[in-house]
Amino acid sequence: MYSFNYNRVKSVAEAAAALVKGEDVKLLAGGQSLIATMKLRLSKPSDLIDLGTISELRGIKVEGSTVTIGAMTRHAEVAASQEVKKAIPALASLAGSIADRQIRNMGTMGGSVAHNDPSADYPAGLLGLGATIQTNKRKIAADDFFKGMFETALENGEIITAVSFPVPKRAAYIKFKNPASRYAIVGVFVAETASGMRVAVTGASPGVFRVPEMEKALAAKFAPESVANIKVSDKGLNSDIHAKADYRAHLVTVMAKRAVEAALRG
Amino acid sequence: MTVKVSMTVNGKAVSAEVEERTLLVNYIRENLRLTGTHVGCDTAQCGACTVHLNGRAIKSCNIVAMQAEGADILTIEGVAKSDGTLNTMQEAFREHHALQCGFCTPGMVLSAMDLVKNFPDPSEREIREQLDGNLCRCTGYHNIVKAIKAAAATMRG
Ligand SMILES: Cc1cc2nc3c(=O)[nH]c(=O)nc-3n(C[C@H](O)[C@H](O)[C@H](O)COP(=O)(O)OP(=O)(O)OC[C@H]3O[C@@H](n4cnc5c(N)ncnc54)[C@H](O)[C@@H]3O)c2cc1C
Ligand code: FES
Ligand code: FES
Repeated sequence: MYSFNYNRVKSVAEAAAALVKGEDVKLLAGGQSLIATMKLRLSKPSDLIDLGTISELRGIKVEGSTVTIGAMTRHAEVAASQEVKKAIPALASLAGSIADRQIRNMGTMGGSVAHNDPSADYPAGLLGLGATIQTNKRKIAADDFFKGMFETALENGEIITAVSFPVPKRAAYIKFKNPASRYAIVGVFVAETASGMRVAVTGASPGVFRVPEMEKALAAKFAPESVANIKVSDKGLNSDIHAKADYRAHLVTVMAKRAVEAALRG
Repeated sequence: MTVKVSMTVNGKAVSAEVEERTLLVNYIRENLRLTGTHVGCDTAQCGACTVHLNGRAIKSCNIVAMQAEGADILTIEGVAKSDGTLNTMQEAFREHHALQCGFCTPGMVLSAMDLVKNFPDPSEREIREQLDGNLCRCTGYHNIVKAIKAAAATMRG
């Protein structure tokens, strides 16, 4: 790892001020992706701003039909939260399926969402539930936030503070995981929300995406057979030693079907 | 540049001047000379470097020491009683022959303690799934699972 300056801050305002001080200043959440890329010397920040000591960024709140989760809330906390389990069980079980016990104890909502790994789970949950990403500057709809591989709508100096999720009527997330890393080879989040059906896919392509044909079919009838014969094109899908593009395309249909079954089971 | 880092390790207050980029595992092994915390992969995969940070299992090769500032750290050296009596999990590992070369064992024990805290009565399947952050290169999983099941039963009383 290259050397860097480590900075501890007490508030989001302080972090935001420190973040724009230099070219290569980076936020540090749990470090579960960042420290790994720094060890590989793929990332070379001059300064790290540790968000770990900002208490306003932690915690889970349920107000009416909205669940709001602070950016520094750990995956393990979301997975174990009685409130999340009750309001959006699919989100709690998604969080519990990320990585392993030790990574879930450090990794955070904000870090995962900002990192936007093409195989990460939270992006599917956010897009599938129609969540809103809150930053120190504005609110961004999940539909406008994820911009493809490791790219998001976040601007320079912008910090995710929380993510709010509308409680869906029903939802489920099923992933075909890489057994070594637990990242999604293909993961599909299906939700029936107040604003309609949503089907979000992660792992299959360079960025998380929705499948409008499946959403339409589910709006007509919320049943596994509605999506069982809808195929996505394999054009532009990821292809690697774990799964070729055509296999990933096939998995999208299979995972979507299983997600609908799981959502119906509740 | 160096910075001062302070934390509690196995109940003792410790502090040192370290480079900012010092990983927690290197601080534990090289500064504190607590070499029971192992480095197997150095890429957050194998779990040999597992320690508890404020009561939760984490991989100490994947955070910098500064992230543990002020924290309560438990390493394998702090698990047994000071008179050497093994704790319940260690005793179950011994009883069920849950180690071969022993390289993965410190991480396995600390991870298993966190597992049982979250799943007081785990099924065999739950243990296998919930232990997925720890690899045993001797592949002695069968007895590790048995030991954890037995330790959980003892802890439930
Ligand atoms: C072995 C292993 C297996 C994994 N398996 C999975 C898996 O199955 N599924 C999955 O989804 N993920 C997986 N991950 C990734 C894991 O979920 C991480 O928690 C996640 O990538 C983010 O890590 P972090 O929260 O510690 O953020 P960090 O690593 O600290 O930061 C990640 C990036 O986000 C930026 N950032 C952090 N917080 C904010 C913020 N509030 N606002 C703006 N920018 C911010 C940082 O500057 C950095 O660029 C795995 C990781 C490892 C090491
Ligand atoms: S050495 Fe840390 S997980 Fe392998
Ligand atoms: S006992 Fe040898 S690595 Fe597990």
